[in-house]
Amino acid sequence: MTDAAADAPIPKPDAGDRARPERQEPLLAADGSPLKKSLQRSLRRQKLRAFGLVAPLLLFVLVTFIAPIADMLFRSVENQIVSETLPRTVVALEQWDPEQDELPSEDTFLAMAYDLVEAQELKIHTRLGTRLNYETTGISSLFRRTGRGVDDFGEIYLDQFEDLNPNWDEAGPWVDLVADEGWEHPAPFEPSERFAALMSETAAAYASFARAIQQGSDDNPREEEPWAPVHMALYHDLMRTDPGAIAAYEGPRAEMLREARAAVEGFESQPVREMFVAEEEDWLDPEVWATIKTFSPPYTPGYFLTSVDLKLSPDGEVVAQDEDQRIYMLLFQRTLFMSLMIMGCTILLGYPIAYLISNLPLRTANLLLILVLLPFWTSLLVRTSAWKVLLQQQGVINDTLVWIGLVADDARLTMINNQFGTIVAMTHILLPFMILPLYSVMKTIPPSYVRAAKSLGATNWTAFWRVYFPQSVPGIGAGCILVFILSIGYYITPELVGGTTGTFISNRIAFHISSSLNWGLAAALGTILLVVVLVLYWVYDRIVGIDNVSLG
Amino acid sequence: MKLKTVLLSTGAALAIAPAAIAQEMADSMTLVSWGGAYQASQVNAYASPYQAMHPDVEITWDESSPEAVAKLRAQNEAGNIAWDLVDVVAADAMRLCDEGLAMEVDHDEILAPAPDGTPASDDFGDLIVSDCYIPQIVYSTTLAYRNDVEDWTGTPDTVCALFDTENFPGTRTLERRPINNLEWALYCDGVAKEDIYDVLETEEGQDRAFAKLDTIKDQTIWWSAAAEPPQLLADGEAVLGSSYNGRWFSAIEEQDQPISMLWDMQVFDLDGWIIPAGLPEDRLARVKDFVYFATDTQRLADQAKWISYGPARESSAPLVSTHAELGIEMGPHMPTDPENAANTLLYNYEWWADYRDDLDAKFQAWLAQ
Repeated sequence: MTDAAADAPIPKPDAGDRARPERQEPLLAADGSPLKKSLQRSLRRQKLRAFGLVAPLLLFVLVTFIAPIADMLFRSVENQIVSETLPRTVVALEQWDPEQDELPSEDTFLAMAYDLVEAQELKIHTRLGTRLNYETTGISSLFRRTGRGVDDFGEIYLDQFEDLNPNWDEAGPWVDLVADEGWEHPAPFEPSERFAALMSETAAAYASFARAIQQGSDDNPREEEPWAPVHMALYHDLMRTDPGAIAAYEGPRAEMLREARAAVEGFESQPVREMFVAEEEDWLDPEVWATIKTFSPPYTPGYFLTSVDLKLSPDGEVVAQDEDQRIYMLLFQRTLFMSLMIMGCTILLGYPIAYLISNLPLRTANLLLILVLLPFWTSLLVRTSAWKVLLQQQGVINDTLVWIGLVADDARLTMINNQFGTIVAMTHILLPFMILPLYSVMKTIPPSYVRAAKSLGATNWTAFWRVYFPQSVPGIGAGCILVFILSIGYYITPELVGGTTGTFISNRIAFHISSSLNWGLAAALGTILLVVVLVLYWVYDRIVGIDNVSLG
Repeated sequence: MKLKTVLLSTGAALAIAPAAIAQEMADSMTLVSWGGAYQASQVNAYASPYQAMHPDVEITWDESSPEAVAKLRAQNEAGNIAWDLVDVVAADAMRLCDEGLAMEVDHDEILAPAPDGTPASDDFGDLIVSDCYIPQIVYSTTLAYRNDVEDWTGTPDTVCALFDTENFPGTRTLERRPINNLEWALYCDGVAKEDIYDVLETEEGQDRAFAKLDTIKDQTIWWSAAAEPPQLLADGEAVLGSSYNGRWFSAIEEQDQPISMLWDMQVFDLDGWIIPAGLPEDRLARVKDFVYFATDTQRLADQAKWISYGPARESSAPLVSTHAELGIEMGPHMPTDPENAANTLLYNYEWWADYRDDLDAKFQAWLAQ
């Protein structure tokens, strides 16, 4: 408001300028430059200086507040983990139509084998398992268990190649065969172009092995025998490469290749799918593959859909969540309803107190104010626990009621671990946030207005309602915003006294942050909460007007 | 033969020790634990003796174990691991290992063998549920009841007293999560103990468990902190409920409350250390040195002087003695005591790692309805 007031006069001289006849000479400043320019320059300097003074705070807020929040909110759509961990599978799955074929093709299984063996060396496969387990139960252990055996996928080929020539299970010959001549260990592995041109699958599989062990456990490929999937790739390549091309190959260890090519047609083979099934039956479950396909894009609306009790079906459609898992809409509604209730209670209780304090003599008013602030300075947990002691069935209030005879001993009131308990405890905890802004506004209302109204014939009620109350509305507005926004994000008190019917959405957010580690869902829920608050703030601005709020 | 192995293992220990000393070791450590009586028992049994041996080592305790998984993940993302050793339950250890946040360890290499030379991996046995996990103690989630309720017929002697509102009316208190509660519900609905997880895997089995819980839903206070149930029972707010056996021990023995243990179908769980992944060399060397000492047979047995949790090593069990302050024999208060462990439920970590997300959503939706 003050800003607007300060800005307002500035256009006036400008407008005056424009009103001047054009032909007049422009006004000059003392140094001879046009006055307009000179003014602008000095204004710009002022603005820069003001900005410079604000900059540290702005930077601080940006770095410590805005950026982390933005980062957290970004997680609600982020989903790169699938395509980063299983790059080949994600591409291969594009061809798969769950409607037509029951299971993905053999190539997809092969891609999965290459992806998974690399991921388990880098120890990232279980992480992906955890992520996908949020969507389909069972994937977590499927990945964990398969990860233990995947480096033996293709063992059948490894054994046959080894029987043919023991060099096939040696580290050195493999490096000679595949590596680029210029490559030496600490540098990331490079396959030779010549070899890759002849046998692309093997070159890719070996390079994936070599880089993974370099990165994952800092091992030298020259000292580690490649895992079995590399031999599987070798088998595939040899089977489809023309013997003539291999005979013409002149790279190092070409004789091993020629010998293998001659023998490979008599090799026993095994579909990759069978290797997966031998490890875990669940790979035959189309739902597993559908989940991977559904969540393969780098960004997903999945978390937001879950937040509003919807979900993505495997064929990409949005469908309602199973009935026995719907909870978030209920919690959002409950959070809003209870926050409004708490806000209403604090107005009803806080308004008379603030009125009383602001109209009493200073000494008594200060004493009362201290009484208001005293609980404010007490630990939140202590106050919440105090309410437990008061409200529980064997608590002070029930004991008193039973003693008076209002309540039978075997029919004690349930006042805690439900909505009632949460509203009572939170009303008490948030009361100062209503009283203080109300008090500071009421302090500034001159008592003479009410007296004037009365002297003009108004009744006590009319004088209060028509004269005093409208002037205290800014205080109510400020108090409402404070109490409502604080209570909508509250979670300690509902957690302790809320029982099953008094918990808020923030309790679920806390659960997903600290316990289930589903940060994407927590971020989506948090984003929705933030948007709801902003929308309500906007509605409030439209109805009451945000200028009409005074914090004192 | 036996003497030989002892000599060999001592020789090995001596051979390792100088190598460890030769390495540069950090002289401060941040250990993460749960606070309260449990952390105090660790300070008394591990940290103080260790510091007596190494007076220049500074140990800082951080009571962050309840949020350890989330905080460790945040530290890892920020690339700044502030903790050296973290105390977590087995399920969290598995998750940290899955996420690559905990270091995989070779148990025989970094842990002391038993006094008779048994390698650590055999001494801990099945309790090593994850490659990253170094178990310390076995605790259990079990029931207890007020023993002065007048309108009860008989005394509860099985876990199914939970669902027997005819004979044992009154408010119950159970943990606000599906784990343990669903198993107990199915068991009391007539499912054989070894079939529980198979049944719970099916949609009908889950419905059946929830239907059983429905019968006591309105009479149950659902707790989220294990300190609540002893308090609720002590206040008379609830008459029957579940909590960790150590909490019940302190309410019964230390605070003399009219509460009795009900060990039937207690669920064993573990607590132990994980080493965060990506520690610098010098800090890792110090942590390994500490862990080697703090998880040896005598140290684990010593911990039982301060808290009624069973040592995770088989070789520690015979060494368990009396409570440091109360002077009572601790053996009979251990969840692993044969008398107490007559009927126990084997908590299936791997199964829960799969079904946790799904069943938790169902459980919370069920609670909120």
